[in-house]
Amino acid sequence: MYLSTVSRPVADSAEPGPRRRFALVSGNVVALGTVSLITDVSAEMVAAVLPLYLVLGLHLSPVAFGVLDGVHTGATALLRVVGGFAADRFRRRKLIAGIGYTLSAVAKLGLLLAGRSIPAIGAVIAVDRLGKGVRSAPRDALITLSTPPEALGRAFGVHRAMDSVGAFLGPLAAFAVLLVVGQSYDAVFVTSFCIAALAVVVLVLFVRERSPGEAVDRPDDPKVSVGEAFGLLRSGPARRLVLAAALLGLATIGDGFVYLLLQRRVDLGLRWFPLLAVGTSLAYLLLAAPLGVLADRIGRLPVVLGGYTALGATYLLLAGPVGGWPLVALTLTLYGVFYAATDGVLIALAGPVLPVRLRTTGIALVQTGQALAYLVSSVLFGLAWQAWGPENAIRAAAVAVASVLVGTLFLLASPSRPTTRKVPR
Amino acid sequence: MTALSTRAKLAVVVASAVLLAAVATGYAATAAQAPRTPPPTGGEQAVTLTSGPRLLAITDRHVSTVATTDPAGPRTVAELECLRVYAAAGTGVCLKPETAWSYQVVVLDAALRQTRAVSVPGLPNRARVSASGRMVSWTTFVGGDSYTSSGFSTRTGILDTRTGATVASLEEFAITKDGRGHRNPDVNYWGVTFTADDNRFYATMSTGGKRYLVRGDLAARTVETLKENVECPSLSPDGTRLAFKEALDADPAKGWRLSVLDLVTMRVTATAETRSVDDQAAWLDSGRLAYTLRRDDGQPDVWSVPADGAGTPTLVIPGAESPSPLT
Repeated sequence: MYLSTVSRPVADSAEPGPRRRFALVSGNVVALGTVSLITDVSAEMVAAVLPLYLVLGLHLSPVAFGVLDGVHTGATALLRVVGGFAADRFRRRKLIAGIGYTLSAVAKLGLLLAGRSIPAIGAVIAVDRLGKGVRSAPRDALITLSTPPEALGRAFGVHRAMDSVGAFLGPLAAFAVLLVVGQSYDAVFVTSFCIAALAVVVLVLFVRERSPGEAVDRPDDPKVSVGEAFGLLRSGPARRLVLAAALLGLATIGDGFVYLLLQRRVDLGLRWFPLLAVGTSLAYLLLAAPLGVLADRIGRLPVVLGGYTALGATYLLLAGPVGGWPLVALTLTLYGVFYAATDGVLIALAGPVLPVRLRTTGIALVQTGQALAYLVSSVLFGLAWQAWGPENAIRAAAVAVASVLVGTLFLLASPSRPTTRKVPR
Repeated sequence: MTALSTRAKLAVVVASAVLLAAVATGYAATAAQAPRTPPPTGGEQAVTLTSGPRLLAITDRHVSTVATTDPAGPRTVAELECLRVYAAAGTGVCLKPETAWSYQVVVLDAALRQTRAVSVPGLPNRARVSASGRMVSWTTFVGGDSYTSSGFSTRTGILDTRTGATVASLEEFAITKDGRGHRNPDVNYWGVTFTADDNRFYATMSTGGKRYLVRGDLAARTVETLKENVECPSLSPDGTRLAFKEALDADPAKGWRLSVLDLVTMRVTATAETRSVDDQAAWLDSGRLAYTLRRDDGQPDVWSVPADGAGTPTLVIPGAESPSPLT
């Protein structure tokens, strides 16, 4: 759908014609989007059947499984930054991304070998997440490097939309396999591995480390050092970005809480609970590309801030007077707007601010800052719920969003430094 | 790699796709289970839930009964497919597959006919009927939202078969924890067991990483905590003791010891079963418990052990799970 024959970044997007606008995504972005799409089909296939497999296939106690969960986040965060640094140091972003994709593919086979052993399954899931953590920063860095700065919003929008399509198809693929083979979860894992392996093939063949026409790194360029990477946090613009990302992360309480509150408010049949995530994803999928284009037009910071405003509105709705299906529709749409306006656009905003030499490290820092802050905020929200009850807790979260918005504006909208446009490369 | 033309690259991708599709299809073809042969229905008898010296259990996902005097002997198997079953006073509850990935709570009469069905979210785990046959309860596991985590939560519901009143999830009930009001989004319930009045019940509540025995009041919609580290309670026929699984060192990752709590003295007696029991036990009579244990390959067996801590475990029904006496 966004297939493009344009093999080099098109610098001229000042006057996009009505048809050209959609063609103006570089081949590398389409390739990376395709890899993400295929990989997400594979990942969501497993995610959809993993509970069935553990409880009905292996008869494991979910409580025992829960013990495994959630302890890997810290390690993943660290390795994400290490992977980003390695990608910059050896100028092998494609290789590091490829390692990440390969790790996750191999983890699917690992599920077959882990059998009924809880520690082994825990290790396999950790490897899968490690792969996911390692690949996202180099992948996003490649997108920024194969796209002219003024078209980054659109590039990320297209990429994230393709990614969501894969996430959509995954569960369907899993259930299709189960329909054909009965209760054989192994067949789902093998199919998932094969799909993930195909994504790696596409990555190897079609993703370019650098776009044609881009200056080749000179071999005598000094390699990125650890000190230089730390220097990123000392330089004003990059440090402000990482701080802003962490701040923004503090505004998110997590999908689980949002859907739980929504379900309580509208007294939704519990069976429909999983469909709430589907509704949000649908809005995300449809809006990611248009909002990316909008970000290129009016600036990325306004779109990101608009996205967090949508998040704040989502929280207020959950404590507000509207109920029933209007509440469900409004909440899920606004929540989808939040994702579409922030997930890719924030990286599009960050990319040009980060020096090319350290771009992967910088993106990894931004993503890690956001992830760790989210971890903190979700715990804090749980405590607030306990102390004040759900309605007041979500109101407090809305207040937090407002403060975070002000803080972000303060950090990123310094008039002397235009972050969203015309940053020379 | 850079030497390849786009056409050559596409050819490689297509070839890889075909090869990988062949691998997946080939594996699926060998893994696909042969169509399950319908379990033999023992003689001309049919499975019924009427009171008698028989044990109800699941054999190969089907409802079955065996004679109490010869539980390892001939088995009567019904066509009804359930993952978990329980019965009392001629009322049965069956957690039944609705599609490949969704389940129903089905209420059965003594002739195994379906009288009610409630669609439930998640994967079936526990099912109980009150001694009078009036109240039915179930627990399912609900996967965490796949986009964020793979954590689990549980949903425990109660149905009054006389009035049709349903509590979809106990999470709506007001909680008194250690004498004080408590609320937390992390609250989960599982493993309900009813008292003789069909209003009071016991269950497990988890919050803050700990698991509590709670006593609930259905009419008042309240629960209060009684004791820590008591899971999957099962009330004895005389209503004085609770069989339950006690996490070793209060850590479920280390496994569970099947134990009995005296509700008068609040003293806990461990049974002679030293293997980890992850089940809501059933009382076969006032002195013996039945429960499911799995072999290394995941195949279930029903075992029994005295409730007073004496004796040794004995294998009751090989190749079966989810035992229930027919009272």
